[in-house]
Amino acid sequence: MGDSQYSFSLTTFSPSGKLVQIEHALTAVGSGQTSLGIKASNGVVIATEKKLPSILVDEASVQKIQNLTPNIGVVYSGMGPDFRVLVRKSRKQAEQYLRLYKEPIPVTQLVRETATVIQEFTQSGGVRPFGVSLLVAGYDDKGPQLYQVDPSGSYFSWKASAMGKNVSNAKTFLEKRYTEDMELDDAIHTAILTLKEGFEGEVSSKNIEIGKIGADKVFRVLTPAEIDDYLAEVE
Amino acid sequence: MSIFQYNGSAVVAMVGKNCFAIASDRRLGVQLQTIATDFQRISKIHDHLFIGLSGLATDVQTLEGYQRLVFRHKLYQLREERDMKPETFASLVSAILYEKRFGPYLCQPVIAGLGEDDKPFICTMDSIGAKELAKDFVVSGTASESLYGASEAMYKPDMEADELFETISQALLSSVDRDCLSGWGGHVYVVTPNEIKERILKGRMD
Repeated sequence: MGDSQYSFSLTTFSPSGKLVQIEHALTAVGSGQTSLGIKASNGVVIATEKKLPSILVDEASVQKIQNLTPNIGVVYSGMGPDFRVLVRKSRKQAEQYLRLYKEPIPVTQLVRETATVIQEFTQSGGVRPFGVSLLVAGYDDKGPQLYQVDPSGSYFSWKASAMGKNVSNAKTFLEKRYTEDMELDDAIHTAILTLKEGFEGEVSSKNIEIGKIGADKVFRVLTPAEIDDYLAEVE
Repeated sequence: MSIFQYNGSAVVAMVGKNCFAIASDRRLGVQLQTIATDFQRISKIHDHLFIGLSGLATDVQTLEGYQRLVFRHKLYQLREERDMKPETFASLVSAILYEKRFGPYLCQPVIAGLGEDDKPFICTMDSIGAKELAKDFVVSGTASESLYGASEAMYKPDMEADELFETISQALLSSVDRDCLSGWGGHVYVVTPNEIKERILKGRMD
């Protein structure tokens, strides 16, 4: 990993007991595009802004929400390339579990293993922490679940959460709107309204992405046509 | 003499109505000499999952009691906060055996458990992890050929726990009587959703 001058860990404690690199990583996340997730009684929805740097970018080629397994999906706020690496590692861990036990990996186990990888990058030499926070949405035998994983490697289960630029407004909005017995379609409407709160410009099916999983235990990203339908319902 | 016949063994498992039974002999020998008459071949993984191993005794002990299998399941229980399903455990055993494909553990497992909705599950595999599922009974060990015959003749589907106990005990004792390397009694577990009955059989002590 380079010569001995760089073999110390960048995440060494500061006198105030903080790990400064992780704080900076959280700042990187906080300036990323807003993403959010809502756990309904019969499923989970995750959504994100998809603001592209120029109108010349082919937006159909960009997909921010990804599958980790057929029944677990993930979205991020922060650095896209770091997200790609984590998705690759998580997918491999999920497949290894499947190969060993011939059983799909439970959501909590995958989140735990991914968080362990993220933590390793805060305690190794010559590496930097990941500049992403993840929202993992899954449906397994324990029902619908939503987890957030931070650059430090800590993870939390949420009923509804948001990350990125507009996090405080979004969370306040979600706190007001969230109900325990919400169904998946209501949750999708609420997710769209929450994204609209801090959105610069007009929300359309070309600049947001939505992924959902219901009791059928299949995670998928909605097509632009489906997003248009939901947007019409919200108006 | 083949290495699988060095210690001598007999293991059989049978499916009943919402219950299963797993039984083994108790002899530990070194070729023709008997050196123990209370050898444990069957281990409990959890209340509804048992594994019996036939073959080389050192590998039986290594896989079951001390290393690998009970250890792996305990870790799984701590991490996932639940017991392993029998099918999952069978896949795990198969993977562990195949890891040693070119220097294998010299034993053949027999796995028996109650799965979801208390449906009985049994399977056996060879020493490198090729699974063989069955709906009625599975056998393994030096007495396996006699066990196949006796079980085939005596087995009926949907037996209750007591009748299953009688059937598996008779099948085991009559089979080990035709095999000089296994015997010296029997060890039978009959497992229903609510209880585990462990019994020792007294057979021909030779």
